[in-house]
Amino acid sequence: MNVVSIQEHLSHKTVGIAGCGGLGSNCAVALARIGIGKLILIDFDRVEASNLNRQYYFQNQIGQFKVDALANNIGLINPKVDVQTHKQKIGPGDAENLFSACNVVVEAFDRADMKQMLVEDMLLNLPDKPLVVGLGMAGWGHSNAIRLRQSDTLYICGDEESEVRDEWPPLAPRVGMVANMQANTVLDLLMNMK
Amino acid sequence: MDITLNNRKESFDSEALSIREILKLKNFTFRMMVIKLNGQLVKKGQYEDTMVKTGDRLEVIHMISGG
Repeated sequence: MNVVSIQEHLSHKTVGIAGCGGLGSNCAVALARIGIGKLILIDFDRVEASNLNRQYYFQNQIGQFKVDALANNIGLINPKVDVQTHKQKIGPGDAENLFSACNVVVEAFDRADMKQMLVEDMLLNLPDKPLVVGLGMAGWGHSNAIRLRQSDTLYICGDEESEVRDEWPPLAPRVGMVANMQANTVLDLLMNMK
Repeated sequence: MDITLNNRKESFDSEALSIREILKLKNFTFRMMVIKLNGQLVKKGQYEDTMVKTGDRLEVIHMISGG
């Protein structure tokens, strides 16, 4: 398949992104570049200066809602992408409403308890929907520790061990690796769909 | 019994074990995790009562902050 036929195939696909921080913003941009049809972006937060070490935002967007800033950035890259935004905090039981129209869902939260909530909600209420999660990406180096593991419809990207702490923060290179691995996994799933 | 734990073959001396017992034997002390038994979610309150038997497929996914 050439670039044009890949774009044509992807233009009919919808991806939901839960959280627009380091994982979600970079993953969304990668999917927008290759011509995804529609992105559903969900985040309640605003851009802060401390986000710019890894998240796909700019100095002049500090203070804006992340979903608004990201929709704007995506529009500058590929205006054909239909971007739907929700400024809300996702809670238990919300997944079905937000994501039932998606072909694939990306978990892109930062907090472990939020990740757990969404994974459980998806397994209970949308068990057949592919969910691509990011687990373990703090620090630097250890490139070969980042991998993909499949558990039925759950796809886990990351090293599955490096927890964020003050001396081992999330930084652009490794967060970007996992975000793009999530995007690559989404692409693989979408290319295998009719 | 022989089970598949996180995609690897694993043998235990007992005939059946609860999920809680397996977590203890394997030293899984993660604060936050998602557990699937034969593809089905097992919620936190059910670890004591859910028994794992030979041939079962158990997955323990550690929830890690960062993103």
